Amino acid sequence: MSSYKHFIVAALSIGAISVSSPAALQCAPVPDSITLNQNGKLFSPFTFNHAQHIQSIKECADCHHHTTGTLVLDPNCARCHQNSSPTAVVSCKGCHSATPFSPENLAAKRADKQRYHLDKMGLKGAMHQSCIGCHNKMGNGPTGCQDCHPRTKEGAAFYSTNRKGAKPAHAEEE
Amino acid sequence: MKRRNFLKACLIGGTTIALGKTNKGWASGSFEGYPEAMGVLVDTTRCIGCRSCEAACNKEQKLPEPDTSFDDPSVFEHERRPTSKAYTVVNRYQKEQPSGPVYRKVQCNHCNEPACLTSCFVNAYTKTKEGAVIYNSKVCVGCRNCMIACPFNAPGYDYDSATNPIVKKCILCYDTRLKYGKPPACVEICPQEALTFGHRADLIKLAHERIRATPERYVDHVYGEKEVGGTSWLYLAPVGFDKLGFDTTLSNDPIISNVKDFLGMVPMVLSIWPALFSGIHLLAKHEEQGGHGHDTDSNQEDTKP
Ligand code: SF4
Ligand code: SF4
Repeated sequence: MSSYKHFIVAALSIGAISVSSPAALQCAPVPDSITLNQNGKLFSPFTFNHAQHIQSIKECADCHHHTTGTLVLDPNCARCHQNSSPTAVVSCKGCHSATPFSPENLAAKRADKQRYHLDKMGLKGAMHQSCIGCHNKMGNGPTGCQDCHPRTKEGAAFYSTNRKGAKPAHAEEE
Repeated sequence: MKRRNFLKACLIGGTTIALGKTNKGWASGSFEGYPEAMGVLVDTTRCIGCRSCEAACNKEQKLPEPDTSFDDPSVFEHERRPTSKAYTVVNRYQKEQPSGPVYRKVQCNHCNEPACLTSCFVNAYTKTKEGAVIYNSKVCVGCRNCMIACPFNAPGYDYDSATNPIVKKCILCYDTRLKYGKPPACVEICPQEALTFGHRADLIKLAHERIRATPERYVDHVYGEKEVGGTSWLYLAPVGFDKLGFDTTLSNDPIISNVKDFLGMVPMVLSIWPALFSGIHLLAKHEEQGGHGHDTDSNQEDTKP
């Protein structure tokens, strides 16, 4: 029953989501695709193919910590979360703040003396590290900036791409 | 602060070296920096060398367009240092290693006890309570003492405006952001969160916690925690810091004078320090008795055939 509610929460927190086949996995309906970087100024929004990732990785915990109810893989996390049940919020955005270093967030962190997760990554950092980290490890998948999200006009100006010697960002690793 | 003013008075006066070095011994290990000072923890294991931080700095500080775009990977072929046109640069190390390259962002480290500040005789530098080391270009006379004094080669010199020479460096976005409690532009843009903004005291704990949680990922050292008396910018690294272009020979004592050659005088100065406390009269006596004849002796020796 509440799994549907969980999904609603997840959906609301992610933003644009499209769902086609809710059945397959035992918990909640899972989005097939998610629009990321929706409000991007320097880089355009793009579609993340969630279904394809599920198909090739199969292990939710590779990306989702303990939130989906599958076994925790990280031994450090397992110290507390070995038997944690799924949480209401599954999406990255549900926990990882888009403004981790805002004065408000820093003040809240300082005021909360009991808080354990003091080093929780912001949304942007969590996603980039997750995606690029895994793509590097697998030797498969995009790792250059524009491989996922092309620059906007504003972005091109920001990175001074018209200056001589300009190359696409993903040529950087070569 | 008083100590610093005192020191400055000394620097301007003739007693520069002796009193300056005494101050060094005095300060070491005692001054932890402003309690509310902010800082940035750079985790070089996270950095992917995208140079977004360089681009963000360029725009935030209204610096001139770069010679070549912020996408140009050829800049990594040479180790760069900050200049008056680029307050921060990213360098690449360990390229040949199987574990892949390590990138390191460089900028002013915003020392707790800045050598630039103490070496500047017109008071162009200020260490703000937020942790930033800012400077006043209006009073800068372009003597470049600070450039020699800085242990991290941070200040750049604007050679273009010959009539109005000016030293320029990272100011932690003090005017536009830090003052309002906001993170600097480089931190905000970093896609990998290789840069973590927060209270310096918290960042040190956080850095050690990262090492504890994933010891295979880091060498067990937080660069900037102790170096030259501590800096607002702190670094974590996957390999020895010396392999990433860090100066690992720096002492934990603040560098308070640009006259580095006189570092060797410290023990002597410390030994006469109690005498200084006892007053000029005693000092003179001390010289007469203990240190007497030094010059005369050597003079005599010199004049011997
Ligand atoms: S790094 Fe150099 S310029 Fe920056 S505060 Fe320290 S001494 Fe001054
Ligand atoms: S923006 Fe972040 S990841 Fe990119 S080069 Fe700078 S520190 Fe490294």
